[in-house]
Amino acid sequence: MNVSLDWRNIAVIVVLAVLVALPLYVAVTGDRFMLTLFTRIIILALAAMSLNLILGYGGMMSLGHAAYLGIGGYAVGILAHDGITSGFVQWPIVIAVSALFALVVGSMCLRTRGVYFIMLTLAFAQMAYYIVAGLARYGGDDGLTIYKRSQFAGLIDLSNKVQFYYLCLAFLFGGLYLSRRLINSRFGMVIQGSRSNDRRMQAIGFPTFRYRLAGFVIAGTMCGLAGALLANHTEFVSPAMMYWTRSVDLMVMVILGGMGSLFGPLFGAIALLVFEEALSQVTEYWQIILGPLLLLVVLFARGGIAGLLTSGRHG
Amino acid sequence: MLLFLEQCLNGLQFGLLLFLLAAGLTLVFGIMDMVNLAHGSLYMLGAYFAATFAALTGSFVLGALLALIATLLVGMAVELIALRRLYGRDHLDHVLGTFGLILFFNELVRLIWGPAGMNLGLPPSLNTFVEILPGVPYPTYRLVIIAVALLVALFLYVVVMRTRIGMLIRAGASNREMVGALGINIKLLYTFVFGLGAALAGLAGLLQAPILTVQIGMGENILIVAFVVVVIGGIGSIRGAFIAAIIVGLIDTLGRSFLPDLLRLMLSKEAAATAAPALSSMLIYLLMAIILVLRPEGLFPASGK
Repeated sequence: MNVSLDWRNIAVIVVLAVLVALPLYVAVTGDRFMLTLFTRIIILALAAMSLNLILGYGGMMSLGHAAYLGIGGYAVGILAHDGITSGFVQWPIVIAVSALFALVVGSMCLRTRGVYFIMLTLAFAQMAYYIVAGLARYGGDDGLTIYKRSQFAGLIDLSNKVQFYYLCLAFLFGGLYLSRRLINSRFGMVIQGSRSNDRRMQAIGFPTFRYRLAGFVIAGTMCGLAGALLANHTEFVSPAMMYWTRSVDLMVMVILGGMGSLFGPLFGAIALLVFEEALSQVTEYWQIILGPLLLLVVLFARGGIAGLLTSGRHG
Repeated sequence: MLLFLEQCLNGLQFGLLLFLLAAGLTLVFGIMDMVNLAHGSLYMLGAYFAATFAALTGSFVLGALLALIATLLVGMAVELIALRRLYGRDHLDHVLGTFGLILFFNELVRLIWGPAGMNLGLPPSLNTFVEILPGVPYPTYRLVIIAVALLVALFLYVVVMRTRIGMLIRAGASNREMVGALGINIKLLYTFVFGLGAALAGLAGLLQAPILTVQIGMGENILIVAFVVVVIGGIGSIRGAFIAAIIVGLIDTLGRSFLPDLLRLMLSKEAAATAAPALSSMLIYLLMAIILVLRPEGLFPASGK
């Protein structure tokens, strides 16, 4: 693949450079808030990227993706609450639990199509929401405060904001690399083929259900890890982080950035969260602008930011 | 036993309320093939309008009537301005576009009515109890809700099955191009159907208002339950929505009131206290998951689809 210098690649390079250099800017200006905001953006971009894997490339419209954020977050929160703060224990459990949940949910939901798939993924996310809301021992509806971030035996200190930022960034780059390898692999081609025409893929002889399920589990696991990062970032988990509106937020990031494009979710997460932040400085009632804007994006800017950046090239 | 009867009535009342929401949703879903998340906003608007108009006019009934008309108008305006352009797009676009509308309406309500909730008081004549059985008082207002919702269900049945408009609606559901080709103004029909659905959502909101607080975001939770009803009943089927709504209403209400005791019989007290609230909230989603796995098209798939 030869990298040409079109607008999209320039944008990608600029954005990645800004992300890498951001702690420098913060060190110079002392603007700690920017670091917090961008840590959040990077974590949610990772979650959106995982949704993009199944939504953008696999055509699986999951309206329950925030459930994995909550599951990853609660795995960290519950273990920390019970005194297990070692990241070497917590994080493998995060991976195992979110993969297992995705496997169960996926094996049922993927038997359905279209609207029914949307509704079933939503139903399972709601069930997960009510389960954690019912955990009275771990705060129930009020959520759970995490008093100690994950410990990695002195290798990396998650309480250090800059180190944590770079850890999140490393996860984002890892996610990008993994996504790119996946999408361009035979596995990724089967999933994309199944999005276009599942019946034909089956006729050729691919057991598409298994491929789609594997994709679903990979995406869920990635999002679970994002949830573990988010829990460490906010030092708090609550059922609200897996409410269905949060799932739509992730969808918004994917669509805004450009569905089915590698860097789209990153663009989308940055655009949405920075825009939210900027608007909320201007007016308390910023959602009254954001809402119709979303509608306009849906109506007139198909392909999102990534689409806008490349549209010039193809004329 | 008496408690059981009372909870059954509560469940029936909740189910019928869900039907009012689900009927509009399933019509829009079945005919325009449109996932409308903003339906919950119309429910919220109905409640706010009713509280406002009732305070202005001093009459509950007059306030309710004005609120119905207002929600109908808002619904038609939303369809004309925004949603009309989304028909024929894929469901993802519907989810995002109508989610934008939810944000807009929530913020608009906060701007106009403020962040604090409102209360809609009942007139003294409705704020009474009826003895449904000797020695069993039941709130009159809940019986009124049941009666109103049943009347609406009958009205809908007559409109959809026995009138010319209903015939066109059903025809539009099975083949919209053909109806359009036969010279029917399908756009106008859609606007009408959407307005009807909006008014029903508003009715559900204003009926519920005296029981709950009128607040921002009240539509988000019940919207998902209404979707569950629509999917269980079979998308586009009003009869299915009616039956599914009553099933969901009964299961949800009975589950919440009796599941804790049932679990206590089987589990330790502490385990039951933990599991019961979660499990009773999950029941309807479990039901939907089971039904979709067994009958992917819902209980009563709309014919011709």
